[in-house]
Amino acid sequence: MARPVFIVDGSRTPFLKARSGPGPFTPVDLAVQCGRPLLARQPFAPKDFDQVILGCVNVIADEMNPARVAALRLGMGEDMVAFTVQINCGSGMQSIDTAYRYIREGHADMILAGGTEALSHAPLVWPNSGVRWFAGLAAAKGVAAKLAAAFKLRPRDLKPIIGLERGLTDPVTDLNMGQTAEVVGHLFGITRAQSDAYAAESHRRLAHAQGAGFLKGEVETAFSRDGKFFDHDDGVRPDSTAESLAKLRPVFERPWGQVTAGNSSQITDGASWVILASDAAVAKYKLTPKAAIVDSNWAALDPGIMGLGPVMSATPLLQRNGLTITDVETWELNEAFATQVLGCLAAWNDDKFCREILGLDGAAGEIDRERLNVDGGAISLGHPVGTSGNRIVLHLVNAMKRLGTRRGVATECIGGGLGGAMLIEAV
Amino acid sequence: MDSRIMTALSDRVLELGPKPAPDSPYKHFKLTRDEDGVAWLLFDRAGAGANTLSADVMEEFDAVLAAIETERPAGLVLRSAKPSGFIAGADVNEFRGASDPGMVETRIRAAHAVVDHLEALKLPTVAVIHGFCLGGGLEVALACQSRIAIDGARFGFPEVMLGLHPGLGGTARFTALVNPTQSMALMLTGRTIDARRAKALGLVDAVTQERHVRGAVRDALFGRLKRAEPRLLTRAANVGPVRGLLAKRMRSEAAKAASREHYPAPYALIDLWETHGGSKAAMLKAEQASFAKLMVTPTAQNLIRVFFLREQMKKVAGSGNTIKQVHVIGAGAMGGDIAAWVAGQGFRVSLADMKAEPIAGAVKRAADLYGKIIRKPTEVRDALDRLVPDMDGEGVRNADLIIEAVPEKLELKQKVYAGIEPRMKPGAILATNTSSIPLQDLRTTLARPERLVGLHFFNPVSRLQLVEVVSHDGNDAQVLKDALAFVGAIDRLPLPVKSSPGFLVNRALTPYMLEAMVMLDEKIDQRLIDAAAEQFGMPMGPIELADQVGLDICLDVGDMLRTKFGDLLPPTPAWLRDKVAKGELGRKTGKGFYTWKDGKAQKAPLPETGPRVTDQMIDRLVLPMRHDLRYRLCTVPRRPAELCAHARRGECRVRLARACRSIRRSFRA
Repeated sequence: MARPVFIVDGSRTPFLKARSGPGPFTPVDLAVQCGRPLLARQPFAPKDFDQVILGCVNVIADEMNPARVAALRLGMGEDMVAFTVQINCGSGMQSIDTAYRYIREGHADMILAGGTEALSHAPLVWPNSGVRWFAGLAAAKGVAAKLAAAFKLRPRDLKPIIGLERGLTDPVTDLNMGQTAEVVGHLFGITRAQSDAYAAESHRRLAHAQGAGFLKGEVETAFSRDGKFFDHDDGVRPDSTAESLAKLRPVFERPWGQVTAGNSSQITDGASWVILASDAAVAKYKLTPKAAIVDSNWAALDPGIMGLGPVMSATPLLQRNGLTITDVETWELNEAFATQVLGCLAAWNDDKFCREILGLDGAAGEIDRERLNVDGGAISLGHPVGTSGNRIVLHLVNAMKRLGTRRGVATECIGGGLGGAMLIEAV
Repeated sequence: MDSRIMTALSDRVLELGPKPAPDSPYKHFKLTRDEDGVAWLLFDRAGAGANTLSADVMEEFDAVLAAIETERPAGLVLRSAKPSGFIAGADVNEFRGASDPGMVETRIRAAHAVVDHLEALKLPTVAVIHGFCLGGGLEVALACQSRIAIDGARFGFPEVMLGLHPGLGGTARFTALVNPTQSMALMLTGRTIDARRAKALGLVDAVTQERHVRGAVRDALFGRLKRAEPRLLTRAANVGPVRGLLAKRMRSEAAKAASREHYPAPYALIDLWETHGGSKAAMLKAEQASFAKLMVTPTAQNLIRVFFLREQMKKVAGSGNTIKQVHVIGAGAMGGDIAAWVAGQGFRVSLADMKAEPIAGAVKRAADLYGKIIRKPTEVRDALDRLVPDMDGEGVRNADLIIEAVPEKLELKQKVYAGIEPRMKPGAILATNTSSIPLQDLRTTLARPERLVGLHFFNPVSRLQLVEVVSHDGNDAQVLKDALAFVGAIDRLPLPVKSSPGFLVNRALTPYMLEAMVMLDEKIDQRLIDAAAEQFGMPMGPIELADQVGLDICLDVGDMLRTKFGDLLPPTPAWLRDKVAKGELGRKTGKGFYTWKDGKAQKAPLPETGPRVTDQMIDRLVLPMRHDLRYRLCTVPRRPAELCAHARRGECRVRLARACRSIRRSFRA
């Protein structure tokens, strides 16, 4: 007998744009920064959780299994089971989904599920030829051999590879994520002007949400040890307009591409947590659920057009629950690229695509822009890859509460050709 | 981290060699023999939590050594069976009230003979040292041929803080083994060092963990462990003319800390080394006479008394702390530093403030403090993790203790209480860091006044060990007990006082500081006033102290005391109010009476020609304080003057440590 699963609370750090060099926080630092105030406001002790699950893509060498490191640093006790999940850009939602399933099946009552990513800490990697040189030097015995090994060094052996760049390139199709958005845009006739207008609106919405205090309780101020504090998503540019964005040059496919730095998600650091609880835990600790998780779904597709992941994952999810896209009142569709978001919307409105690929009777219809990403998204606040899936669920729950809507979907495209979607209902 | 498994298996941690038979012929020692024929001598002083060296312990030690000589084992391992550490030092109790140097010398000679006996054993000897190895304990270890430290061990000669120098052969053996520029600095400051530093200095031969003790002992006894030998520089520094040169510099550095007249111990140590360094036998002998002479000085006897008063305060604290989670309200200078200290001591602390700026400043100060007092970066990180910024005041809900440190305004504090009291856990304690508002006034709006106490910390929190635990007549006795235990648990000394104006410390200090203000009014140079107080023996003059405390706080305390005592106190000068109104609050704002830079008052030297300190100046400053204390204007449980001296002692130590740091610096240069 499946048990109901509730989201009772959650919080995240401000998303901090990677500027020059590593930011003030490592992945686990970020998870600790937003985890501490979240745990402090609960009526139960940190040790009362059954498990911690954390999504993280770029784990740094000092923090293997960041979930466990975070749990210990959050004072959750030596006996807290904690593991890290990785499904690329879906990692932060994968943690919620895994927690949801444990609780639904009765294996746990309360789980802390999160996502964290410090893209500014992505390493510079030595090329393999350089690593071989270094290993040869270390293995050489005697002065002469050492010298001989040392002289084998060539300049290109020391040229670092930017880890982040490789991470954002699909290893199978060898397309950069931005290029996959270009393909989707081409297939569904998305124009540069449409993408730029979408991006400008994302900034406007986030700036409005920040000003109106919609993010209060969701975004917790982070404090670094050098005496600085960070209280808002700092990638927002309220003065962005479609016109100003039109001046930027494409970054992935020059000179004719349409994906620019301005209409793509930003490279940022950030973490997010959500608390999931069974009805037994809700009763035991007198918690007030914010929403219930109804169902979730993962889908896979051609990695070269991974941007369509939301369409592929959310459509079966809705079908299974007897719903259509117009039944969903609030959408969080992760803004990897404006072109890709618009490509998804176009796909749902594409008769041939819906019939042949989704198995529908015809076009699924339009998603009202007023229901989609109501307070901005990754284009304005950034996309710390392991975190975003968690953030969109957290923000969906908060936005639904504010708007008084009953039903919402959080969905994302995932590098490598995957999509994830989660159906949420108000309680 | 609380580790259930490690707690359950804690009795397996110490590697004590073969299991001793239950019936030891000795009271304080256990002697076993392992499969290599090595004797393990375990020191386990009867009826004590830590090992100290008393006359009867030394006597028995001598008997054990004689037995070992007869049994002729392959080697000797000396270690403590107490989890707390090796040996915490000599039993200071035995020299309380000593007035006859001849008697002291006789007794110390007997103890010397035992340590010499250990050194003269004709078999390899090794001391295995965990935890504290201080004073006499380190002197015993120095008489072994080899020393192995367990990670986490701490070494030092704290004698100077009691107005003494090492007296069990330490001055001779330590300076012969370790470069005198380093070893003298350690003895002159009383500072302790960790195992790694001890290895770097050549004080120990290896640093290892309990799990490798058997292997390390075998290597040490059978010649496979390289022993730290006196280095070339050490020998050079012990040569006559070099000693003279170094001693001169040490003296001039010591003079910056305290005068020979007030504090003879450092000078006696320098004299001893200058005269006899390089000749072990002569120095061992001269050390006894010098030690005996110091022991009967009023400085040493008073400091020993203070030592026992501290022990008494630790007993007042008790060991039954039940508080785990602390919530501090107000991230200003005091609140932030209290939170940082408490988190550094292993507690989880939420630090609440409406604004992010003060919290960020407190986090930075905490990071700076931890960087200085915690060696391992992971432990610095953990301490910072425990200090939880709390902009929504959520920490109240789960806190066992709430410490309010908001500005000194009655209405503001009561408003804060009204906001938090309904959210407090049923058993939680509400503490205020007020220095001037009586608890009787603060409690009026509380639903449960019985759980309100004062926890009055002093600035700087990380240096001043005294915390006044202030009670009022409606307190729950258990709340007071818990508050005292908490102060003990954060390594501070609790002083229980009643909520009478100024409590104890400020009641004593305010007349003194106000007199200094009156002297300023008379156009006496502020540097001269400070110099007068320092000449009397104060670690810091009243003007500098006022800057350190904060002129706003001084003003509040002065005003509050005047409402109670009126004309008994000199009036607050109007210009002091102006200064506070202008925001010249002292150290915390960078300007008060002095300009402050990097935490130091910028003082130009006094002019060559001009007025000097007079006895009359000193009397004016000091007598009001004595007078007030004698007439018990403050209500404290017992012996206020002694406890007050106690309060000052923390500062003395700081000052001494600072001087000795500069001694070391000058040697490096």
